[in-house]
Amino acid sequence: MNLLRTRALWLFLLLGLSTLARAELTIQITKGEGSAVPIAVVPFGWQGAGAAPYDVASVVASDLARTGRFKPVPEKDMLQKPTTAAEIQFQNWRMIDTEVIVIGQVKQQPGGQNLIEFRVFDVLRGEQLLGYQVSSDAAGMRRAAHRISDLIFEKLTGIRGVASTQIAYVALIGDRLKPTYKLIVADADGENARVLLESRQPIMSPAWSPDGRKLAYVSFENGQSQVFVQELRTGARRRVSARMGVNSAPIWSPDGQRLALTLSKGDGNLDIYVLELNSQVLTRLTNWSSIETEPSWSVDGKSLYFTSDRSGGPQIYRIPSSGGSPARVTFEGKYNARPRVSPDGSKIAVVHNDRGNYRIAVVDVARAYTQVITEGSDDESPAFAPNGEMLIYASTAGGRGVLSTVSVDGRFEQRLATSSGEIREPAWGPFPNK
Amino acid sequence: MNGFKLLLIAMIFVVAGCASKKGTTTGDGADGMGGADGASAYGTSADGEGSANALYEQQKAALMNDNVVFFAFDSAEIDAASMEMLKQHSSFLASNPNARVRLEGHTDERGSREYNIGLGERRSVSVQSVLMVQGATAEQLAVISFGEERPAVLGSDEAAHAQNRRVELVYEN
Repeated sequence: MNLLRTRALWLFLLLGLSTLARAELTIQITKGEGSAVPIAVVPFGWQGAGAAPYDVASVVASDLARTGRFKPVPEKDMLQKPTTAAEIQFQNWRMIDTEVIVIGQVKQQPGGQNLIEFRVFDVLRGEQLLGYQVSSDAAGMRRAAHRISDLIFEKLTGIRGVASTQIAYVALIGDRLKPTYKLIVADADGENARVLLESRQPIMSPAWSPDGRKLAYVSFENGQSQVFVQELRTGARRRVSARMGVNSAPIWSPDGQRLALTLSKGDGNLDIYVLELNSQVLTRLTNWSSIETEPSWSVDGKSLYFTSDRSGGPQIYRIPSSGGSPARVTFEGKYNARPRVSPDGSKIAVVHNDRGNYRIAVVDVARAYTQVITEGSDDESPAFAPNGEMLIYASTAGGRGVLSTVSVDGRFEQRLATSSGEIREPAWGPFPNK
Repeated sequence: MNGFKLLLIAMIFVVAGCASKKGTTTGDGADGMGGADGASAYGTSADGEGSANALYEQQKAALMNDNVVFFAFDSAEIDAASMEMLKQHSSFLASNPNARVRLEGHTDERGSREYNIGLGERRSVSVQSVLMVQGATAEQLAVISFGEERPAVLGSDEAAHAQNRRVELVYEN
């Protein structure tokens, strides 16, 4: 029983954000992974008054399916539905080739709290792998379920799960040539979407602060591109760059103290700058006559990758963040743009022109090896999940913007689409604080 | 070309959407209302009343019928026909020093969005250079890039792409 521990569930309430009742996201797996592990998440038992308040097991099962590494057993195929360890008959599960089984119970506590107790078993060995208790109020049950999925995923794979993370994206609603733009933050499964900003002018390039509390983005609300920083909790925001010309492509340094961004300063030539957020001190990093934009920090913050077309077409370069001489990073193909660095720093994701189609490619920096991982014609805006296992990117389906997540090797893919309008420019938020 | 006028009107009158909606937004967000771009749009023409103003409006209306420069893929080069068209605008600007025009650069939807902001800017600057050589002054011209964010037409074929790779000359007064 030493595995059975109690952990207080962190509460991460996002106050001051309006909810997005309509235009909920739907998720559809478009490319399956043959090697996914069969896992049974048995409906949890309920000990309390009335009907069970929340189907925790179905949320856990969906979260695990979305990782691409697990294949939940459909409820109709379950030969039994145990809620305690003593009830499990392992041979029943071996018979249907289940490798892992998750059982649990929700117990109503005095004062309205629910205690969720769950256990994970290795079916072949008949051994418990994990056991936890998570406490949550009625409103926090979905969040608790995501937390449970992450604990299970980490135990089984050794990799931290991302079910409790959030994504930001831009939605377009209404007339397609004169839409309303919305900057939205949602849970990683697309649920719980909230609007941060609404505008009749374009919104671009949302970027998460490393602590997950703020977004930097570009808004044209004042007639030209300007960079804003907005706090998620309060909605309070600050305009951090409104210089003449282009103010764009903001991205936070790993220490959260600086923004790298692109400015034209009215001379029509885009270059990379670093803005110290507290002091507002601006440092110029590039000074070429070509387009330099789309900066992305290395993991240690000591250098920046960016797009430059100084050689003709756009390619990725790397420059020390304190200034210095740049080195070209990509050589394969005529078009490599919008780099994003993987959490371990070994790879960059780019928009790559693959025989006339714009697709997402992952470049192994040390080996200079480029692997195209998507199959669309206008795929863009790749962003790594904080565990580096998946990427989220924007593409089009039926002429409309949709988001997809794809495993880093390109083998597993699923699509997030809205019932109306289009969505684009995804940014995957950091891990929440434990 | 009326669509472009509507676009302009929509653009001028838009202010921070969220500031009015939520009490939580700080005053900072709305400070752009008084910014140089928006304010000049409300300024009245200094030409005064009567026939001079009418002539100005008439000439401008004629120019607005031919106010878009189109570009080849990944190019900011201006062809001979567009050069002729820009001459009409630059002579109008030269004889009306108070006239102000925004050069709004756009790209087609292909490729990455922020890089396209760069391409749109390059196209706007290309038009700016031509207008200045032809007699317009720097103060009269504002360069703006929308990248691929504001297509003129929808569609993913080359015909749509060709119409979206453009610089629009938008008069502010």
